[in-house]
Amino acid sequence: MSAIDTQDPNRRDFLYVATGMAAVVGAGAFAWPFIDQMRPDASTLALASVEVDVASLTPGMSLIVKWRGKPVVVRNRTEQEMKDGEAVNLADLKDPIARNANLPADAPATDANRTTPGKEAWMVMVQVCTHLGCIPLGQEGDFGGWFCPCHGSVYDTAGRIRQGPAPENMAVPVFKFISDTKILIG
Amino acid sequence: MSEGHSTYTPKTGIERWFDARMPLPRLVYDSFIAYPVPRNLNYAWTFGGILAIMLVAQILTGIVLAMHYTADTNLAFNSVEKIMRDVNSGWLLRYMHSNGASFFFVAVYIHIFRGLYYGSYKAPRELLWILGCIIYLLMMATGFMGYVLPWGQMSFWGATVITGFFSAIPLVGNWIQELLLGGFAVDNPTLNRFFALHYLLPFMIAGVVVLHVWALHVVGQSNPTGIEVKSKTDTVAFTPYATIKDAFGMIVFLFFFAYFVFYLPNFLGHPDNYTVANPLKTPAHIVPEWYFLPFYAILRAITFNIGPINSKLGGVLCMFGAIVMLFLVPWLDTSKVRSAVYRPWYKLFFWLFVADAILLGWLGSQPAEGSFVFMAQMATLFYFAFFLIILPVLGLIETPRRLPNSITEAVLEKNKGAGGGHPAGANAAPETKG
Repeated sequence: MSAIDTQDPNRRDFLYVATGMAAVVGAGAFAWPFIDQMRPDASTLALASVEVDVASLTPGMSLIVKWRGKPVVVRNRTEQEMKDGEAVNLADLKDPIARNANLPADAPATDANRTTPGKEAWMVMVQVCTHLGCIPLGQEGDFGGWFCPCHGSVYDTAGRIRQGPAPENMAVPVFKFISDTKILIG
Repeated sequence: MSEGHSTYTPKTGIERWFDARMPLPRLVYDSFIAYPVPRNLNYAWTFGGILAIMLVAQILTGIVLAMHYTADTNLAFNSVEKIMRDVNSGWLLRYMHSNGASFFFVAVYIHIFRGLYYGSYKAPRELLWILGCIIYLLMMATGFMGYVLPWGQMSFWGATVITGFFSAIPLVGNWIQELLLGGFAVDNPTLNRFFALHYLLPFMIAGVVVLHVWALHVVGQSNPTGIEVKSKTDTVAFTPYATIKDAFGMIVFLFFFAYFVFYLPNFLGHPDNYTVANPLKTPAHIVPEWYFLPFYAILRAITFNIGPINSKLGGVLCMFGAIVMLFLVPWLDTSKVRSAVYRPWYKLFFWLFVADAILLGWLGSQPAEGSFVFMAQMATLFYFAFFLIILPVLGLIETPRRLPNSITEAVLEKNKGAGGGHPAGANAAPETKG
């Protein structure tokens, strides 16, 4: 091609580069909808909040509701379970962060930070193991909290990881008490 | 061997007409009739052909199953039961398909171990080996997604755990996981895309198989001695010698396959998968299909953080690393001798590796607690040590046995005591052993 143009870089080089760039951008723009369609769709995103009536839960009981396709546990903890949770030394925790969507991202994983102020007896938590997504069993395991049967992760009464392969405490979703017995999750 | 020139001579007018326009008959003749194969191939070499018919069988049964299956979370489980109970011969087609997947993996594992034992991956067959590894990866993806389709408990929770691997990736992990699931948990969008991909991937496998066979026909088959073909007396024609041997191997293999289809159709499955998927209840004990168990054991063996890598990411990296090892084998093995027949130490470690792989498989089926965890950690350590330490070091320090000068010499030496000289030549009479 340099048989005609001798200067380097010449006008033709510029055209090659510009054409190439346009082709790359075009290919990217063409590929994007194919990737984009795989993301959660509008109907999935629409199921963003649920309301739960917890009037029937006496201390020691729990119920599970489905939120965004995942189980969310609401557990009315007993006095003993709360004491067990408060007695834990933060240095003993595998994951020292609260993982509470209602608090700043770096809040420490104290028992109170895992719940909501004034309602410390109530654990509201996505009951999905942070290892590979199994559903841990409630009121089980060495710490009286949760036990994941898949790969043996053990959580305490505040849903904090204590033993096993899971890396994080179970997530506390955005929630609030809209009355004394009603919780809005999401 | 690529002899460089074809020995095909069109005999009829129609063959000449085709040969001048699109020489497909020539390709078939050169690939499956005149193609020279080493004369000493044993039955371990029949698994390539067995894998080919298993792929065809899976595609055939799969296409007809798709005509009766419904990929919707409310209907999928019942549509599979309908196939089993209502569709004419549906039970047979489904059992052939589900057991066919297992036997596909049985054959591919024998095929891979064959390659490892006889050093089939060494130059110039590295690319052939890597194409095989890619087929194996595609098979795993296909098998995993196929297992999700019946929408039983194991389907659902297997899918949850395996897509959970991707959430271990730092920063973009959750985004990728949601992209795979089409939501925040395994649900209808997941089932739909898995069905579409489960239908697509076997054809991609078929495409890579074509490349695999192409690469094979360029470099030629390896053989139990690991010595390259040097003269015409080292080979026999594909037809009838390899054709008939492959056919016999297939019949024996299909005999075992049929036994499972008719007498033990659910032996390799899991009873929990006959319970419809329940997103709110994890089965007491999740296990993947048997062919993933060794990798599952490796995943679970990493219960500790390694520096900045947490136990979850560490487990996922080790699991994928276990497969990456296979891709690297051609460069990890430093020995110039291919076949374990002439490598006494490698032979020992090869069988230890086989035992280790089976042990890992068994550990993968056990609950992750107590001494099983420690055993899985030790077995994982040996798995990686085999590839990263034993293979490179052994090639440098091992003294191999004396290699025969040629395949022909090896064959004649072996048969010396068995009585009678053998005609050495590619055109041996059919009643003599080739």
